[in-house]
Amino acid sequence: MANQFHPTKLVLSGLEPLITGEDSNFVNVGERCNVTGSRKFLRLIREENFDEAVEVARNQVEGGAQILDVNMDEGMLNGKEAIVKFLNLIAAEPDIARVPIMVDSSKWEIIEAGLKCIQGRGVVNSISLKEGEKIFLEQAKKIRQYGAATVVMAFDEDGQADTYERRISICKRSYDLLINEVGFDPHDIIFDPNIFPVGTGIEEHNNYAVDFFNAANWIRTNLPGAHVSGGLSNVSFSFRGNNAVREAMHSAFLYHAIKNGMDMGIVNPTTLTIYDDIDPELLEKVEDVLFNRREDATEELLDFAQSVKQKGAPKEKVLEWRSLPLEKRIEHALVKGIAEFIEEDVEESRQEKDKPLEVIEGPLMKGMNVVGDLFGSGKMFLPQVVKSARVMKRAVAYLEPYLEEEKRKNPNPSDKGKGKVLLATVKGDVHDIGKNIVGVVLACNNYEIIDLGVMVPTEKIIEEAKKNDVDIIGLSGLITPSLDEMVTVAEHLEKDGFKTPLLIGGATTSKAHTAVKISPAYSGSTLNVLDASRAVTFVERLLSKDRDEFLAKAKEEYDRLRDDYNQKKSAKKLIPFSVAQENRLKVDWENSLVSPPKQKGVYEMEFSIRELRNYIDWSPFFQSWELYGRFPRILKDKVVGEQAQELFDDAQVMLESIIQEKWLKAKAVYGLFGAYSETDSVAVLDENDNEIERFEMIRQQMDQRKGRPNRSLADYVAPKGHNDHMGAFAVTAGIGIEKKLEQFERENDDYKNIMLKALADRLAEASAELLHERIRKEYWGYVPSENLNNDALIKEKYQGIRPAPGYPACPDHTEKLKIFDLLDVEKRIGLSLTDSMAMYPSSAVSGWYFASPESRYFNVGKIDKDQVEDYASRKNMSIEEAEKWLRPILSYK
Amino acid sequence: MHNQLEESLADRILVLDGAMGTMIQQHDLTEDDFRNEQLKDHESPLKGNNDLLSLTRPDIILDIHRDYLEAGADIIETNTFSSTSIAQADYELEELVHDLNYQSAKLAKQAADEYTAKTPDKPRFVAGSVGPTNRTASLSPDVNNPGYRAVNFDDLQEAYREQINGLLDGGCDILLIETIFDTLNAKAALFACEQVFEERGQKWPIMVSGTITDASGRTLSGQTPEAFLISVSHAPLLSVGFNCALGAEQLEPYLERVAKETNFYTSAHPNAGLPNEFGEYDQTPDMMAGQIEEYLKNNLVNIIGGCCGTTPEHTKIIAETAAKYEPRKRKETVNG
Repeated sequence: MANQFHPTKLVLSGLEPLITGEDSNFVNVGERCNVTGSRKFLRLIREENFDEAVEVARNQVEGGAQILDVNMDEGMLNGKEAIVKFLNLIAAEPDIARVPIMVDSSKWEIIEAGLKCIQGRGVVNSISLKEGEKIFLEQAKKIRQYGAATVVMAFDEDGQADTYERRISICKRSYDLLINEVGFDPHDIIFDPNIFPVGTGIEEHNNYAVDFFNAANWIRTNLPGAHVSGGLSNVSFSFRGNNAVREAMHSAFLYHAIKNGMDMGIVNPTTLTIYDDIDPELLEKVEDVLFNRREDATEELLDFAQSVKQKGAPKEKVLEWRSLPLEKRIEHALVKGIAEFIEEDVEESRQEKDKPLEVIEGPLMKGMNVVGDLFGSGKMFLPQVVKSARVMKRAVAYLEPYLEEEKRKNPNPSDKGKGKVLLATVKGDVHDIGKNIVGVVLACNNYEIIDLGVMVPTEKIIEEAKKNDVDIIGLSGLITPSLDEMVTVAEHLEKDGFKTPLLIGGATTSKAHTAVKISPAYSGSTLNVLDASRAVTFVERLLSKDRDEFLAKAKEEYDRLRDDYNQKKSAKKLIPFSVAQENRLKVDWENSLVSPPKQKGVYEMEFSIRELRNYIDWSPFFQSWELYGRFPRILKDKVVGEQAQELFDDAQVMLESIIQEKWLKAKAVYGLFGAYSETDSVAVLDENDNEIERFEMIRQQMDQRKGRPNRSLADYVAPKGHNDHMGAFAVTAGIGIEKKLEQFERENDDYKNIMLKALADRLAEASAELLHERIRKEYWGYVPSENLNNDALIKEKYQGIRPAPGYPACPDHTEKLKIFDLLDVEKRIGLSLTDSMAMYPSSAVSGWYFASPESRYFNVGKIDKDQVEDYASRKNMSIEEAEKWLRPILSYK
Repeated sequence: MHNQLEESLADRILVLDGAMGTMIQQHDLTEDDFRNEQLKDHESPLKGNNDLLSLTRPDIILDIHRDYLEAGADIIETNTFSSTSIAQADYELEELVHDLNYQSAKLAKQAADEYTAKTPDKPRFVAGSVGPTNRTASLSPDVNNPGYRAVNFDDLQEAYREQINGLLDGGCDILLIETIFDTLNAKAALFACEQVFEERGQKWPIMVSGTITDASGRTLSGQTPEAFLISVSHAPLLSVGFNCALGAEQLEPYLERVAKETNFYTSAHPNAGLPNEFGEYDQTPDMMAGQIEEYLKNNLVNIIGGCCGTTPEHTKIIAETAAKYEPRKRKETVNG
């Protein structure tokens, strides 16, 4: 598009580089952190509400701003102080600071103060010849020394340029001075040749847009290297209140300005219509005004503006794709995940082909290949792929009877697809969202999937792998004991002489664990696959010709990881357990004891899902779909925002069904008890102060910096004689889930299947959050006046914690047994424990309550043999057994 | 001197010396070694203020310089890593900043001249070491107050000006802004350089060397190697590169990324591997030279040396290895 112009390049940086220009990319400057342009921002700065002001910046960057404009020019503000404070604050936010800063002020002292706060290479906005050459040159030289680019306004001693001639002569003069007198790099010069309003009814204004286009064109043609920028919203100023017209004007203006060489601008990307989508009649009238084509252009546009509805294009276009040729329709249905017409399209295709199998191998596979390519190149996201798979499964299910028929008539050896992959969640573990996603994604890519489900014993994995002669075995698991179980599977595979490649996945698995623990047990290749999108590449390469090369590379990496581990194993120094105990957290119990519970004993209850809905932390929900980002910002994310919104909408629809049709029940049980600590144990008492249970905790053993204690959860309960208390709880939101999951399975609907599990997980977490709140405010009631919103809850801004056994603060899952006993969990709410201490149904949470203001979450880290010995004797376990459960945190082999 | 430097760089890979601190540690020094007549009643303890040895035990510093020159270093660094008023404030020695820099530069220059005299076809250069100070201009030391800064641009550029003037008065050939973990500190140092050059009516070559903190592949202040490069490229640099925090092997990918992007000469002075469990560096000279040879094979550097944990033995092998390779050719300019 800009080939007629000199090539130019803009090189800036925040925490990350911003290099544009090579393909004449348009650089978008975010403008909402500007007190002169945003009333909201001005109010926030005036009220010194810098937290929210920082959020404005974050929204800008997340909304696609490539440069962040910051302006504090307002009479009532101390602009210099405000800009320093604000720039320092956003420097501490990596997701904002990644983009370059545009220091925007009409006062030089503010610009200079701003430049002194930015470590990256930013832009000054702006300088000009307004106050003469001397000042212009001085400022330009300083800007060069601070290491920034600069916007130069078309402004001189006589005022702002408002004609074509004035624009180009001022820009030329500024350019020559900057290059010849200051030694400026021409690529660091950005001209702003003034965008003025058109359609104002004043005749002199009619040619403003044309003059701007021509000036931009002249600059890009005659001033090599320099850029052209401008603030778009000005142009439509006289149409305030009519957004449809304004947006059309912005879009049309930008379209022509870019054609004429404008390569940077202040644009709000969320309100920009696509040029081609502008109503043709409106576009013509807008362009009449911009190009000053008719004398009555302004009146015409004003008249038309009255009739323009604010809403976007009519909806009829949606089904246009139905008129595409058959194969394209099938592709469209797969890519967009639309199941509505797939059966009729597949039927049409079946009638065209000789054999039903050709429908699968032809149009369906072709469509799925497009899906695979789009996913592989990051243009589609996981939820979309799962929807595509749903369409594919529907199509195959429709063809099934015909395929059977064909087979009966014409039996020939079944040809193997691209390869067979066996998937299983290992014994003792019930988590399978990730495994199911991998299955779907691989199936989409034409691999045959043999999914053995959850809690699969080793023998069954081996038996099925043999029987089906699989090409790859994939193991999954979420809880830490599964890591050991995977080692066991690997050992058995080895014993049975397998060489089949083994893939390891699941949230607690890691390359390091795979390299150090699993891979040495098995002579076949063993690889860790952390996300589903990788699974396809891994499987493809494992079954391809360059497999050996791929494996050699992987082996090299895993060998290195193993070596690193062996070298570093003892890197972190541990202190003797007795010293760690000595350095326990010392709490002043006299002054910090919380009040006793309002009601002691064990209670159960059921929650309304509708109430739980308000307690959901959505960010992990998106993570389970491999969409990363914090809620609600993720909905506006430049890359995944659209997809996230769609997924979120689907989730709301399903939540509504869960509530209306009572798919799920959420139940909880909790108990509050008298308790006292004894070094690393916590004794739990009944009403008569008789000990009924004893929890054993694990203590940090790292060499802490001076003044930092070696924590154990036991430190959060007072020793004997203080009348302290603790609690325990278990919640599940998975009751009733089986029936629905079976139904989705029958309907070949993996999308809903995964969605329901992900939602049930969220509801379980929400139950834990809600119950904890009630504990704090009512049942225990140690902070009756707490008043926090959901966001604050998610950020854990309350007093007290609810750590779960098996997680970082107490990494032994077997303590769950005691909680389940103490609260009679299985009988009361139907939640049980597997051999590996996973809870079933899997959408569940259990843990302890500690109320002390001193209590907080921590990570135990590695522990040494002396503590394991002590722990084993406290738990009446053999050392070997204790080591088995504590393996992930042992500092020794 | 500048021309000689450019000629040498065009001709071969130049060798920068190794660690000063590691060598000083090998002497068993006591508090007395850090005091002289003038400082005998100074109230704060001074042991550990290694820069001070240039005044109190110049014999040791001079010998270390000679050891590195003997090992084959083309460029030696002055003992001034912490010789700014900001860093010396810890010892209440702000008053001595000019003296520290001036004397350190003179010592290094004396040693370099001795060796240049021995082999005039191989001129030796002195690089004035300009460290990061112990404060950061774009990070808050207080997690609860992210907008707070313990030091600002003006404080830094003022302190750097004082240091740079001392170094140039003492006869430095090059200024080496190194171990940059916060780019804003480095930008203040570059700004100070330009001010000083303008006042003195003369320019000196500037080397800039950043620090990638860990496997995150970023500086402590959060920049990627490319962003770091862009943020210092406005100054007329002699070279850009990395040092410290990582060993040669871990540093290579970042060095490669920068070498690919820049028209400046490139430098690297990595640590002798990563610290072991006792915080010591135990990579042998051979191991390190083997990893550095990868840089040379891949055409990544023009100036190569060592940081923490390296000794004259490392320098010797590095120099022997470097002699076998051609210097990196700078990238062709694209848009002028």
